[in-house]
Amino acid sequence: MGQLLAVEIIYRGVFQKTLAKNITRGIVLAAHNEGKLGVSFGRYGDAPERNGIPAKGFAIVASDEQTLEAGMAQYEPKAVDVSVVLDDTLSKGAESWAWYGLRPVNGSLKPGRTLIVVSQQEVSDLLKLIHRRPEPYKLGILKGITSFSGMWVYKDDHTDVRVLGAIAKALPELVSLKSIEQYISDKLKDPLKVTSAHNAFDRFTASEVKPNQGNPEELPHHELLHWQDMRLGVSIKGQPQGGPFKDPVTKELGGFRPARNELFKKYSTRTARPVINFSTCTKCTLCWLNCPDGSFDVTPDGTYDINLESCSGCGICEAVCPVKNCINMVHESQFDNNDSQWVSFRKDKTAYLKNLEKTIKTAEPIAERSQGFRYRGQYKEQVPAALEVARKA
Amino acid sequence: MTTTTLLPVEEKKKIREQEALITGAEAIAHACKLANVDVITAYPIRPYDTVMQYISQLVADGEMDCEFIVAEGEHSQFEIVKHASVCGARTFCGSSGVGWMYAMECLTVSPALRVPLVCMVGNRALDDPGAFGVEHNDALAVRDLGWLLNWVDSGQEALDTALISYRVAEDRRMFVPTAISCDGAFLTHSQSLVKIPSAEQVKEFLPRYNRGDLLLHPDNVISIAPQANEDWVMEIRRQNYAVTERAQDVIREVYTDFERIFGRKYGNPFFEEYMTEDADVVLLGMGTMSTSARVAVRKLREQGKKVGFVRLRWFRPFAGKEIAKCLERFKAIGVIDRDFSFGSPDLSGVVATEVRSAMYSNANSRPPVLGFICGLGGREVTVPDLEEMTEKVFQAAKGTSQPLTQWIGLRG
Repeated sequence: MGQLLAVEIIYRGVFQKTLAKNITRGIVLAAHNEGKLGVSFGRYGDAPERNGIPAKGFAIVASDEQTLEAGMAQYEPKAVDVSVVLDDTLSKGAESWAWYGLRPVNGSLKPGRTLIVVSQQEVSDLLKLIHRRPEPYKLGILKGITSFSGMWVYKDDHTDVRVLGAIAKALPELVSLKSIEQYISDKLKDPLKVTSAHNAFDRFTASEVKPNQGNPEELPHHELLHWQDMRLGVSIKGQPQGGPFKDPVTKELGGFRPARNELFKKYSTRTARPVINFSTCTKCTLCWLNCPDGSFDVTPDGTYDINLESCSGCGICEAVCPVKNCINMVHESQFDNNDSQWVSFRKDKTAYLKNLEKTIKTAEPIAERSQGFRYRGQYKEQVPAALEVARKA
Repeated sequence: MTTTTLLPVEEKKKIREQEALITGAEAIAHACKLANVDVITAYPIRPYDTVMQYISQLVADGEMDCEFIVAEGEHSQFEIVKHASVCGARTFCGSSGVGWMYAMECLTVSPALRVPLVCMVGNRALDDPGAFGVEHNDALAVRDLGWLLNWVDSGQEALDTALISYRVAEDRRMFVPTAISCDGAFLTHSQSLVKIPSAEQVKEFLPRYNRGDLLLHPDNVISIAPQANEDWVMEIRRQNYAVTERAQDVIREVYTDFERIFGRKYGNPFFEEYMTEDADVVLLGMGTMSTSARVAVRKLREQGKKVGFVRLRWFRPFAGKEIAKCLERFKAIGVIDRDFSFGSPDLSGVVATEVRSAMYSNANSRPPVLGFICGLGGREVTVPDLEEMTEKVFQAAKGTSQPLTQWIGLRG
């Protein structure tokens, strides 16, 4: 058996599917320049390609055909040499549509290997979110704006080649920078992209993460039942109805909180969360009625609190809320927990509203937030800004 | 149990049964009335749709109380009964030919959802060309999906088998959809004398449909058919496999009880043998071809040719062991397929392929099995056709080599 190396790309469904595919293809084609063999594939079981859902793409590279075949004999590599996270809000864990529950983004990484995150944050910020593990590994940040495209048109902002440059630095035995550059010149035919890859290689560094350093959250475990123990008729027990809950100040019961699936939380789909101003809420019910995930709780005082473990961050509540600035979608990087906003509001109104004012300032207007392609040339206009962020790093 | 059940069977029949001259479709309509079906969905396509005409008449006359829903197509027709069944309603539905195929998505999901739909398929050729006559490929399209499938050959058997199908499908050990196949025209539109049992008898035979903890109801909160990945699908398939493992025992049990209550004896539920005791060779087929087959067998026996006929009643479950045991004693077998399975082993029809497969693993001796494609698109399977096939089977018994699949009654 020769040398077998695997790379995992964790990306957001739809918005980053082309980007992820370009990276895994790039790895295989660049490594092929060195006479190595490889395959690039997506795991569609993890990626039904719904907006924002965490999904995975893979590249495996081998020194010879039989070693490659040994790698291909399992559908998904169980242990990888590099993991790449294409959106830093995924650092909180990736929960696919399936029943695995939330999984850490460093879960498949071999000990001592490298996790690359595309982010504008620092290592210390990300380690508050990325789950701890018993084995050491390396964490490197590829500075950059998260690259999101719409369903149909790819935003060609050099993120693919920059990630390839970082991978060459993190795992030189997989592919050299020279082979990456050759691949870009031969196939992508863009000298500027060669420079981007080269710069990313030069600037990328990874730092050691010690055993058990990181987010201490314990993730739920899901048991796989035997066929004799499973319910018949492709049916599962529904959630009980839910009921009133306690006001943290008065300790009185009130409102209504629907019971929710403890194992399927959905929030890893989110890149932005609704932030609610309970003091201007008119109790019109529109957010509660329109939420496609039933993520709102009716509070004992009759306002509506978003359950942040259930919310997938679609932004419909913000769109239907008739009160200005009552619900704002704020980027997920601003937060490191899923605690109830209403409880904080009840405990200290002044502090909550002061903090709210601060976070609302970071919220982008709705018109600028869509990932979709709205007019010809739009993505091209956005590329210089993205490259500028990368250059400053 | 009512006190009258203690009467001798003959006595009960006299008091309760009524005889009527009705078509096969009408016989099934009577079964629906007797089974007190809750939800019925209709959409017109020949030849099955006469059953819906009879049922709507029964509803209009106030003889039957049910939700009678005319859907906008077969897909909806089967979706509606699927959902009604999950909510605890006894349902009836049906279709023919390409109508049945149009409902295929729903037909596919029903077995895994464990809904005991009972349906009538008025067997019809699959378009194109547009044709109304019988072919069995429509119902056979669901043969691998977990449906129970049976073929009947008379109005009486249609009525009885409809009642039996409800009892089998709604058995907690089963909970799978069941289709009763009736040959288009030859059975759906032919009137014969049928004994219609009384409501009391049927009430005794057919308990209420009880879905238990699988009932979709506000008091029993469940979620049905969520997305599942490879961690779950194989286990779900294994659950349906378990149904097929016990299907034959349940069916046998139900036929025994049917006989006890109605006094009509079907013998082996899975297939019927005609003049096979001392036969050298046999023909085997499904559905109404049995009438001309019996006539041909009698005619040939007058000429001293010892031939018999085996009519397959339940195609799913396929009673492989019993069929092999029955057929292994003959010198040669001819299987008549009113269907096609293009590109199959030996280019045979579906039934011939299944019979050969059953023989291979279960029979102690393996006589030659000839396959005949006959009676497609509603063409008659005539007595001379059957004589010709029998002759070929006798030749095979003598060791004369001939093609394993032959088309009979074909021009050219």
